[in-house]
Amino acid sequence: MRNNQQDDQRVSEVWARLALVTDPELDEPVTELGFVERIAIDDAGAVDIDFRLPSFWCAANFAFLMADDMRRAALALPWVRQVRLRLEDHMVADEINRGVALGLSFQEALREFAPGESLEELRETFRRKAFQRRQEAVILALKDAGYDDQAITDMDLKWLDRVTLGSADAARHKRRYLEILAERGLAAHAESRVFVTWAGQPIERLELAAHLRKLRGVRINMEFNSALCRGLLDARYRQGDAGAGQAAAADGGHCGGCGASCGKPRVTARSEQGGVAASSVERIETLPLDA
Amino acid sequence: MFVAPNGEQVFVVDGHTHFWDGSPANQLNIHGKQFIDCFYAYHTSLSPPEKLWPKEQFEKYSAEQMYNDLFVDGPDDMAIVQSTYLTEFYKNGFNTIDRNAEMAKRYKDRFIVNGAFDPRDGERALEYIHYMKETFGIKGVKLYTAEWKGESRGWKLTDANAYRCLELCQKLGITNIHVHKGPTIIPLDKDAFDVHDVDHAATDFQGLNFIIEHCGLPRLDDFCWIAVQETNVYGGLAVALPFIHSRPRYFAEVISELLFWLGEDKLLFGSDYAIWTPRWLVEKFWSFEIPEDIRKEHGVDLSLQAKRKILGLNAARLYGIDVEAQKAKLDQQVRVAAAE
Repeated sequence: MRNNQQDDQRVSEVWARLALVTDPELDEPVTELGFVERIAIDDAGAVDIDFRLPSFWCAANFAFLMADDMRRAALALPWVRQVRLRLEDHMVADEINRGVALGLSFQEALREFAPGESLEELRETFRRKAFQRRQEAVILALKDAGYDDQAITDMDLKWLDRVTLGSADAARHKRRYLEILAERGLAAHAESRVFVTWAGQPIERLELAAHLRKLRGVRINMEFNSALCRGLLDARYRQGDAGAGQAAAADGGHCGGCGASCGKPRVTARSEQGGVAASSVERIETLPLDA
Repeated sequence: MFVAPNGEQVFVVDGHTHFWDGSPANQLNIHGKQFIDCFYAYHTSLSPPEKLWPKEQFEKYSAEQMYNDLFVDGPDDMAIVQSTYLTEFYKNGFNTIDRNAEMAKRYKDRFIVNGAFDPRDGERALEYIHYMKETFGIKGVKLYTAEWKGESRGWKLTDANAYRCLELCQKLGITNIHVHKGPTIIPLDKDAFDVHDVDHAATDFQGLNFIIEHCGLPRLDDFCWIAVQETNVYGGLAVALPFIHSRPRYFAEVISELLFWLGEDKLLFGSDYAIWTPRWLVEKFWSFEIPEDIRKEHGVDLSLQAKRKILGLNAARLYGIDVEAQKAKLDQQVRVAAAE
């Protein structure tokens, strides 16, 4: 027999899994961006995930990628038998919800949106941008910590591994950079140089300044988009009484799933209680525009 | 006319404005509602709180209100009013050239009316370009490559029928091609805010200027790389500029990036009216200074001369406006109006 504590535990586990899913365009977790609206579980190991995006017009391909990634992330939990994704208030919500439920490819689910370049190519482009953004953050943190260009371009995997970076933010960037290096096999050995191009070419000392200039453009672009998306999401779903959102956040009750301070109220609606009704009263966002 | 705190009179051309009807009465379907709702979300998320409009006013405003917001309360000397049809979303279109031209006629010497075409119309698009040139004497167009049409979810500047339209524009002296490469406002095909088609078109049509509205956001980085290689590519600051209020440091980084790659001769001010009103944007822009560390890092400066160019002189050059003559003409009009 399940109890509420176990339910909360399981909902938290799903939040934690979804925190690993990023918006490909922004390279930030969907949970931190406030996209996940509601998670509910039932006795049979089914998980309902409702999510929404900053606008009705958000690109169909990215919406589909995120939906599919979330489904897979939740399914990785041993007790999960089924995942029901529901995208709300979107121009092709029905097609995406149906496609993900049936395990269709993007091309099958939304043929008219998928000419030319495949979704995989698109994913690859944005993986590269994520790599570049993380790399820049680590290099700038190293510069702040007093490393010169030679030390940075010489740095190998075991060396970077040992480096302690001051702020929590810098440490997070380092961890995420190491993740993507490992994922792509870009630094295979302890002695492999860690600052390489996406094609795996080590960056030389004299190339570093120009390389950083290029990375800077990628970062400014992504941060700008992120601010825009957060602002639009907030404007779209903000309730009449903005003070209520602040109060909900101040009361505590963060979802606790992603570890971010996004101010999202904890949602533990159970499907047998009528999830939709439960979610509407909790639809209060307090995403800071200046996060 | 914007009067700077030191008394300088700065000539302002608002490079991007609209006179739309997004009201429920004009909405054809859910898309029409969602479209104006999305604009309203831009308005509410990036405007200072004291500049917020009620929803009904935002959906449809009068010509008088627009004139007042731009030229009386606002600092604009002239404004480019863009045409956007969206006839699949709105019964009478969102803001057609006819609606714009009728409004512009009431306020002499204030508006530059731009047209629009859809190359997927084939032969009819070419006829329409002729019609707009003959009837309204247009010098520019605004293109939405991501607009839906029937089964189509967008087009590219490099499509064969788009090239035929651009050839005709070049021939007729419709030299300013404003292209919406911006955030998700219009329903998008798989990647319709991709900016790479600009690269090819700009190379092949040296007689045309390509003004990329919203600077290619959310692909600012790609846009900068293209713009640096093409001498006839410009950036329109609509949507980027309002960040000057909510996130000034980010705005500093964006404008620095644009100044570094494109330079001060290639950027155009635009309020994107009625999403934002120009007065607060121009005031904040004029007094804006890039923080020391960002200025040093990028090696650029937003000087007063750069601001003058961005606010008006660059657009005046593209549209063949004699700034001094225009100033005198407007000045005379204001004096006559005051005397009446």
